[in-house]
Amino acid sequence: MTLKAFVRLCLLPLAVIMIAFFLLPMARLVIVGGSGNSGLYAYAAILLEPRYRATLINTVLLAMTTTAATLVIATVTGLFLQRHRFPGRAVLIAMLTFPLAFPGVVVGFMIILLAGRQGLIGDITQTMFGDKLVFAYSMEGLFLGYLYFSIPRVILTIMAAVERLDPSLEEAAKVLGAGAWAIHRDVILPALGPAMVASGAIAFATAMGAFGTAFTLATNIDVLPMLIYTEFTLAANIAMAAALSIGLGLVAWAILALGRSFSGGTIAAAG
Amino acid sequence: MRNRLIFAGQFVFTLAVAAFLIVPAILSMVAGVTANYFRGVRSGLTLQWVMQVWELYAETIARSFAVAFVTLGVTLSVGIPAAYALHVRGGRLSRAIEEIITLPLAVPGLAIALGLLLTYGGFGDFRRSWLFIVVGHIVFTLPFMVRSVMAVFSLIDIKTLDESASSLGASPWRRFRDVIVPNAHSGILAGSLMVVTLSLGEFNLTWMLHTPLTKTLPVGLADSYASMRLEVASAYTLVFFVMIIPLLVAMQILADRDVRQGTRR
Repeated sequence: MTLKAFVRLCLLPLAVIMIAFFLLPMARLVIVGGSGNSGLYAYAAILLEPRYRATLINTVLLAMTTTAATLVIATVTGLFLQRHRFPGRAVLIAMLTFPLAFPGVVVGFMIILLAGRQGLIGDITQTMFGDKLVFAYSMEGLFLGYLYFSIPRVILTIMAAVERLDPSLEEAAKVLGAGAWAIHRDVILPALGPAMVASGAIAFATAMGAFGTAFTLATNIDVLPMLIYTEFTLAANIAMAAALSIGLGLVAWAILALGRSFSGGTIAAAG
Repeated sequence: MRNRLIFAGQFVFTLAVAAFLIVPAILSMVAGVTANYFRGVRSGLTLQWVMQVWELYAETIARSFAVAFVTLGVTLSVGIPAAYALHVRGGRLSRAIEEIITLPLAVPGLAIALGLLLTYGGFGDFRRSWLFIVVGHIVFTLPFMVRSVMAVFSLIDIKTLDESASSLGASPWRRFRDVIVPNAHSGILAGSLMVVTLSLGEFNLTWMLHTPLTKTLPVGLADSYASMRLEVASAYTLVFFVMIIPLLVAMQILADRDVRQGTRR
């Protein structure tokens, strides 16, 4: 057998699996999305129908807030951890990256333990102010959950980027008389830009599509994945569910592609 | 003095973030072995909840492992040859194929699951079996295996190795088996750990694909969060942690070893 034939043979199983179990189902999803009672209007309904549009806006706002908050938190901690050596640093890093492999459902449960009916925050506020603060089963709880699983991913990317920074640039700025604040604003943050765009895009796409956390916290939180799920299972509106998931997939894919074109690397969205 | 203050401020902030991530995990581990969480640890420590989880959900744990290992088997036997072929071939078509196989990472699991249901939901026996879940997991984890192996190929000079074996008269299959695969072992190991970890924790796809008779561990977890008392849910989560932490540690060790080798090189 020639090398060329062998290489083709190597690709065959991959092609079979991807076509049968990914491309074909996706094509089917697109077709089903346009073949409900309202036909192709289902795709336009995502933007035109007030209920769907409100959910879409909610989801995008939540994903944006999550991304912004995660980037701020992760940049501060990532810079700190990579710039200083102190006892216990390795333990801190381990603690910050430990939740990396938690599925969305487990993250939801973590938020219930923090801010749920029997949660820690409720206990503390009860003893301090006599009033129980419970917010796990709402948009705020979901926001906290998304923070929980975005922070570890983004911190790792930021730390790697800080490690690659060229120290001579900072020294040059210092020699030229720049203060610590000016160095951060004009030298360090711009240099971290690509890493922040890349990891921010992943955090955004993940927050858009995450289903497990919302599912654990409450079925009535108004975000796109929950809407798709309820349209499919409760309303049996399969065409609309298909159209909405195509819309969601396109947004997530576009954001990731955009992030990648800025930074060159690829990492996965999961959760 | 000012630097000290900034350092202290950043340190406290980092500590707070770490606490946010780790405290709930510790709470859940403690709750899983506490007799009555509402009354706290004072009520005594017990393994009764863990036992109860075992009675109720042992089947889901076994199924999750079965799904993970079948998924691993398929991603290994499909992913390694594919990574080799994509690397050797190069060019625009290979990049396009790579792009397509990484699409399942961008498309939310819910959409993939819906597509699979709409396409194969009519094949009753397949739809009802746990292999339906395996199919979803393969689509979702395959890109990780392919990329992880391709990353190693781009580090070692696979073409020279391949050509020298070829000049010694080895057939493409023997070269693949005896030269390529052994040289890619670190990427294969990293990819395998990733695939098993992801498969064990996969929920988005699995929730849509499962039937009452094919529940996996994360599906059971969601079930227990919704309907069981907090102690049982916590004990179940504890079981999940015990399964997943060794995998995470192994991945970390592997990554550290790569970094060390990288600096030596």
